[in-house]
Amino acid sequence: MDPNRYLVVEGAGKTFETRTGDFVALTGIDLAIRKGEFVTLIGHSGCGKSTLLNLVSGLLTPSEGTILLANRHVEGPGPDRGVVFQNHSLLPWLTCFENVYLAVERVFDDKKAKLRDRTHQALELVGLSSAEHKYPHEISGGMKQRVGIARALAIEPKVLLLDEPFGALDALTRATLQDELMRIVEKTGATVLMVTHDVDEAVLLSDRVVMMTNGPAARIGEVLEIPLPRPRARLALAHDPRFMDLRAEVLEFLYAKQVHKVAKASLKVA
Amino acid sequence: MSAIPLRKEFLAAAPAHPSAAMLSGRVDAAKARESAGGSGTGYRRARAPEWLPAVLAPLVGLALFVALWAILAKQGGRIPDPATVFAAAVKIFADPFYSKGPNDQGIGWNVLSSLKRVGIGFGLAALAGIPLGFVIGRFRFVSGMAAPIIALLKPVSPLAWLPIGLLVFKAANPAAIYVIFICSLWPMIVNTAVGVRQIPQDYLNVARVLNLSEWKVFTKILFPAVLPYMITGVRLSIGVAWLVIVAAEMLTGGVGIGFWVWDEWNNLKVEHIIIAIFTIGIVGLLLEQALVLLARRFSYG
Repeated sequence: MDPNRYLVVEGAGKTFETRTGDFVALTGIDLAIRKGEFVTLIGHSGCGKSTLLNLVSGLLTPSEGTILLANRHVEGPGPDRGVVFQNHSLLPWLTCFENVYLAVERVFDDKKAKLRDRTHQALELVGLSSAEHKYPHEISGGMKQRVGIARALAIEPKVLLLDEPFGALDALTRATLQDELMRIVEKTGATVLMVTHDVDEAVLLSDRVVMMTNGPAARIGEVLEIPLPRPRARLALAHDPRFMDLRAEVLEFLYAKQVHKVAKASLKVA
Repeated sequence: MSAIPLRKEFLAAAPAHPSAAMLSGRVDAAKARESAGGSGTGYRRARAPEWLPAVLAPLVGLALFVALWAILAKQGGRIPDPATVFAAAVKIFADPFYSKGPNDQGIGWNVLSSLKRVGIGFGLAALAGIPLGFVIGRFRFVSGMAAPIIALLKPVSPLAWLPIGLLVFKAANPAAIYVIFICSLWPMIVNTAVGVRQIPQDYLNVARVLNLSEWKVFTKILFPAVLPYMITGVRLSIGVAWLVIVAAEMLTGGVGIGFWVWDEWNNLKVEHIIIAIFTIGIVGLLLEQALVLLARRFSYG
């Protein structure tokens, strides 16, 4: 298997049937992600970046094209992909431990003690050992999202899919969790595909930023390599001219090249 | 069904509990200190504690109610005054569990046999209604099939079913139980079905990405997600059932609080009827409160 083509999206598109006719959300998406790579999808809201992620997760079926993970066709959802949802999606009647255990128990065929060990380890990885037996409503939004990450990682997926995981958090918590995610990804060597609308987040975390054009019929506009060395330190990068240039490039794509359509769209709304 | 206001009153009365009183007292003292420090007048230091009106209001309300009743009783007519009723109540509740044959039993037995009928009818309705609700909520076609039947039968007074029950069972007791069954069934079906339909897609997505087995999906996601709705159904059902049993027993006779009301009417013991009214009210209130507590135990977030 070609390690540069670990996760492959080939000519994928998605058309939704609506009451007013077909709506083409995505079309002609080609993307190859190598093993251990961190790729973010960025674009204006409604550009179909979450749709693309859902095609990879299997929650949506592509209308055209195919998706391959480790040379196998993706047909429907499965535990070889760990998904972190935007709104954490923890089950409120289960403790943090039980939420993660539910996933672990499904995937591994071990004895109970071993399953519990795996669960403890996953929660330890996200720094939540002490909150294991709390219920989701007893912990903060940031902690909930950590549990969501633990649940996704605990099943040792081939690829980690994150759908705007920090979108609902305040700026400080978001920064902490971004650092945490970088540390975890470094430690586990995970392959990550993440959706975001935060330019700094995309540049800070990614090896490549995939910028998407505005929908309908969204495509991949540009792909930007982020050759910054790892580990990356948020503070040092804040004044790093290379970081600023990369950031400017993404901003330019979003606000200069895609602005025309946005302006039109907002005119229509008004 | 005014569960929430009822509960509020219940809670409002709760500061009689020492810790609650202490707590609000403490908060109050802190506030008083704050305002005293701010303005330097210290006016509010002597203000009555916050919980006082909350306790006082229901007491004043009850007192007014009893006073009005006493005035009405004084006007003549056949309504006994509160003192007479209270004296009769003391006598009745002194020995609630006597039994002198099927037509003369203590009020305790009457209440218990009514509760037993409600329990059986209601339990059967839960056994039938909850699974039905799950199926109706899960499958659109079944929901479409059931909708006209439920819409048609739900507004029918449960008592209209009584003759059918008598016809089928040829006995009063099963007929009464069957009426309770019918009236408890609809809220249970409808609420369970609504609960199934309201399950957030996010939870089902979690199940899908993990490929959870059907059994796990049911026990870990569907059932707990629907449980609060089911309890609402149970609460509505038991409220209606308790309303209906009195009427059903008036018609069928036997032992039971409804029958007792009718029997005392025939004996022209109006004070006993009033006692029965209060007893029915208090039992209904307790049932409601128990289910509100249960519902709170199973509400998340």
